Amino acid sequence: MDTPTLKKKLGLKERYAAMTRGLGWETTYQPMDKVFPYDRYEGIKIHDWDKWVDPFRLTMDAYWKYQGEKEKKLYAVIDAFTQNNAFLGVTDARYINALKLFLQGVTPLEYLAHRGFAHVGRHFTGEGARVACQMQSIDELRHYQTETHALSTYNKFFNGLHHSNHWFDRVWYLSVPKSFFEDAYSSGPFEFLTAVSFSFEYVLTNLLFVPFMSGAAYNGDMSTVTFGFSAQSDESRHMTLGIECIKFMLEQDPGNVPIVQGWIDKWFWRGYRLLTLVAMMMDYMQPKRVMSWREAWEMYAEQNGGALFKDLARYGIREPKGWKDACEGKDHISHQAWATFYSFNAAAPFHTWMPQDDEMAWLSAKYPESFDTLYRPRFEYWREQADKGNRFYVKTLPMLCQTCQVPMLFTEPGDATKIGARESTYLGNKFHFCSDHCKGIFDHEPQKYVQAWLPVHQIYQGNCFKPGVDPTAEGFDPLAAVLDYYEVEPGRDAMDFEGSEDQKNFAAWRGQATRN
Amino acid sequence: MSNVFIAFQANEESRPIVEAILADNPDAVAVESPGMVKIDAPGQLTIRRQTIEELTGARFDLQQLHVTLITLSGHIDEDDDQFTLSWKH
Repeated sequence: MDTPTLKKKLGLKERYAAMTRGLGWETTYQPMDKVFPYDRYEGIKIHDWDKWVDPFRLTMDAYWKYQGEKEKKLYAVIDAFTQNNAFLGVTDARYINALKLFLQGVTPLEYLAHRGFAHVGRHFTGEGARVACQMQSIDELRHYQTETHALSTYNKFFNGLHHSNHWFDRVWYLSVPKSFFEDAYSSGPFEFLTAVSFSFEYVLTNLLFVPFMSGAAYNGDMSTVTFGFSAQSDESRHMTLGIECIKFMLEQDPGNVPIVQGWIDKWFWRGYRLLTLVAMMMDYMQPKRVMSWREAWEMYAEQNGGALFKDLARYGIREPKGWKDACEGKDHISHQAWATFYSFNAAAPFHTWMPQDDEMAWLSAKYPESFDTLYRPRFEYWREQADKGNRFYVKTLPMLCQTCQVPMLFTEPGDATKIGARESTYLGNKFHFCSDHCKGIFDHEPQKYVQAWLPVHQIYQGNCFKPGVDPTAEGFDPLAAVLDYYEVEPGRDAMDFEGSEDQKNFAAWRGQATRN
Repeated sequence: MSNVFIAFQANEESRPIVEAILADNPDAVAVESPGMVKIDAPGQLTIRRQTIEELTGARFDLQQLHVTLITLSGHIDEDDDQFTLSWKH
């Protein structure tokens, strides 16, 4: 009798080929260019889509299996955290403001990334790229959901977490992340991948999800560290997609090189500006600090990004245009951003504060070349004034950069005492920028950036008041009307941490948790 | 030669992976931060399935790395027996 022999299982490489190749076909009822209208018009030339390989060789079946495992682990932690009121174990209630900013500014980006990848996953003609984009689209939706779920426990107890989708479309500083993503997903599919997968995910995302999440662990926030690392494990796949996409474009046709370099220049700078928020979260909003923004920048951008651009040099790719200015900014941007939010905190739905003495000492040690000379004197003065009951709030509106939409708070390269400002004229109108690089991005595609929805302009044009509000009425308070339109309650959601409801509640509840 | 790196959540599932990496890559250095461990290595780093299996006595599929992986850098070369990060081509 014959012994039945088991067919040998396919190896990883064969399995990947079997599950990603031959899934597409040439259309016959309609011309290919009509079915896939976007994958050529950017000028990127692809000769052989089969050269696209996902280095992880992850197939859909393995994807579901491992994602399922990650979810089970994550939700077990979230459940335990919620069930045991573990939010009472975070360092202090100031920390929760970093989570508010995360939920307001980062989580909605996950949803936009989900839509963006679903779109490009539909529009590439190569199957390998389509499969990878579809997985990423599902990942991004997962991140939106897990972040919302993980942070919902805080929303039961603290202000400023209840209305983030509404705020994302309206509040001034949230137009920074929003416009970043709208810029990316209104471009073509190859530019989108260069923007999000390469420049943002590969070069910059470690700065958000690694030291910041490790910081969450350090501050006793088990729920956030777990969703952060769980999301970042997907990011490693996304980063791999990003570098694969870049290599693929560069290897397919020499004519692609200048186009890709232009996108790298643009999107590195766009991403860097966006990460200003993260710099501030790391240096000012985590009471216990793992590493400074400067150290994280050196580890993940300068060393790791440096290695990457050294590697890409063989294709004729150089480091992004704004690289040197970004490296210089590591000593400044977190302090400049925190000063700005502290000043405009009457209109921002999270709390700010001036650093305590030990925190000032930490900042001095981490920023020996900038903190004591440029920022400490200002912060000490503000703290002194606040102690005397003169906590000030700026009630006018800042000028915004037309490209990155960040208020014009950054200083000139080489002179950190002078605010940077640039101008361009287009169709008879004058436009303002924070830097050479934001101006360069505008000048390359002015017809796109003149359409920017700039919150400050919109407020001055009267588009950010509730229906029926009369700005000509006597005693009209524009800030109050804008906050009403935002649905931000000034004393609860915004303004200084000192004296806030969050501060009082946390102190009372923590007291109850340790005494009878 | 530039460094490559890989980072994992610090837990019981990643422990044998980290131990295997340190055993197989003498130049690799592990740096612990709250909640995570990051391993840097000059030029190249290899994870071998067999080493992990010898440590745990259980079968291991290298794609299980995804469950505790946080981040990495370098080009990936993966098959059923090994997972290598390097800046080589």
